[in-house]
Amino acid sequence: MSVFHQVVKANESAILVGWLKQMSASTRRGDLINDVDLKEQASEFLKLFTEACQKSSDVQSEAFASTQEFLAEIAKSRLEQGFSTSETAMFVLSLKQPIFSAIRDAFKANPSELVSEIWASGDLLDQLAMLTIDSAITIRELTISRQQEEMLELSTPVVKLWDGILALPLIGTLDSARTQVVMESLLSAIVETNSQIAIIDITGVPTVDTLVAQHLIKTITAARLMGADCYLSGIRPAIAQTIVHLGIELIDVQTKAKLSDAFALALQRLGKAVVTTKPSATSPAQGRNRVA
Amino acid sequence: MALKAETHPIATSNDVVRVRQIVRAATIQLKFSLVEQTKFVTATSELARNTLEHGGGGWMTLEMVKNGLREGIKLTFRDNGPGIADIELALSEGYTSAGGMGLGLSGSKRLVNEFEITSELGQGTTVIVTRWK
Amino acid sequence: MDRIPILKFGDCLLITIQVDMHDQLALTLQEDLTAQIAKHASRGVLIDISSLEIVDSFIGRMLANIAAMSRILDAQTVLTGMQPAVAITLVELGMSLPGIKTALNVERGMDLLQEFIYREPESEDLHGSEG
Repeated sequence: MSVFHQVVKANESAILVGWLKQMSASTRRGDLINDVDLKEQASEFLKLFTEACQKSSDVQSEAFASTQEFLAEIAKSRLEQGFSTSETAMFVLSLKQPIFSAIRDAFKANPSELVSEIWASGDLLDQLAMLTIDSAITIRELTISRQQEEMLELSTPVVKLWDGILALPLIGTLDSARTQVVMESLLSAIVETNSQIAIIDITGVPTVDTLVAQHLIKTITAARLMGADCYLSGIRPAIAQTIVHLGIELIDVQTKAKLSDAFALALQRLGKAVVTTKPSATSPAQGRNRVA
Repeated sequence: MALKAETHPIATSNDVVRVRQIVRAATIQLKFSLVEQTKFVTATSELARNTLEHGGGGWMTLEMVKNGLREGIKLTFRDNGPGIADIELALSEGYTSAGGMGLGLSGSKRLVNEFEITSELGQGTTVIVTRWK
Repeated sequence: MDRIPILKFGDCLLITIQVDMHDQLALTLQEDLTAQIAKHASRGVLIDISSLEIVDSFIGRMLANIAAMSRILDAQTVLTGMQPAVAITLVELGMSLPGIKTALNVERGMDLLQEFIYREPESEDLHGSEG
């Protein structure tokens, strides 16, 4: 096992000074972090690092758990402060130079040991730097996936057309993930609003492939199991052709060319009708609902 | 990377109910969405019943696993039963050996992210499934 | 609890499944129900599963069987209150229960059954009612 940690411990304050100097030369961003905080973080890391090195030389081992945790914290706070990923990694990498010089001074007399100690410490620091980058990327990915989820929810509004009738106007390309969200939000809206009929309108969907059609059929089947009927509307002639050419069977699915046709059918099924009355002077409404 | 593993016996139809509840608790712990929970618990039910009915009983091992960012649950169903002669046939839609509707294996495969089955005649069957959050 | 209660309501039977059923309980329900239909000459069966958290292929098959058996005994089955997550899972599993009528809740389910029971003689005639 390597012994460089003893050298680091013996020269702790000198290394700390060298490290801070190194950081200010390469990446320290005075605009983003102040000297006091940086010095505190640096000495805390140096302490954890030397403690861990005494017990193990494996970064994945239990001994390095607190070091890893600390670096994850650093990565998180750096990202929030606006550092780039490479600037965050430099926090660890810039420690190499001062540690190497301390080792060089300590093992001057023994070149082979000098090389192996430098190799061991360099390898450890590289791995820790990679870990820091990993945590920074992980945090970014979490942010991205959270935003994706938010976007998915925004893009699938379920609207109530009438008491007992829901509509889901779909706009844009349907992929598997989005269809899943659409399906779930439609089905829970059916329960919440106690609606017997839901109209899925695909006027704004540019293409329908086999996968999308399957998802739509699954949604319609699931709604039926819950006790609601689903109509499919807004099928453009081109899409009707594609559906037939692909051999997709829409048996058991009530389809209509236009949303208004589907709505008329839904009203009829619920025993309601739209009737024409005399136009009112104050209100532009032309029709009124009447229970047939 | 496995974080935690525990094994439960499947010897009676009450055990099938029990492992369902254990898996449900694990999916809640990992904050699966309600649909994800339901899919995985349903797959558990299918596979546990297979272990009981075709394998003559066995065990389920539950592991919390982690792959980089993703957390998941891995279940291993093991039995020492007669084994399956033709796995591909057993996995095909509508295949049934016990008078059911033949959705046990093929259906549960669609409810999980990863599905692996090994079987040897006279030795038993092992099914490993994983669902990621 | 080793039996699911079956309630008689007019010429219908009502069942609410609330427990995580083990297989034997499901089979017992199937037997009890067919016996009750024959005994009371019931015309409708309503099964509410709004508190069931999962329906696997075994329970699904049991529900399909109950519907088929009831039909032979001249009773109509309506399944009510299936949760969205359960419905999505059943579809993914490949079970769409084609022979079963469904309704969103017990109230709607009862309406559907009454409609079926009292309209039956003219049910073949689709244009029977004048609007």
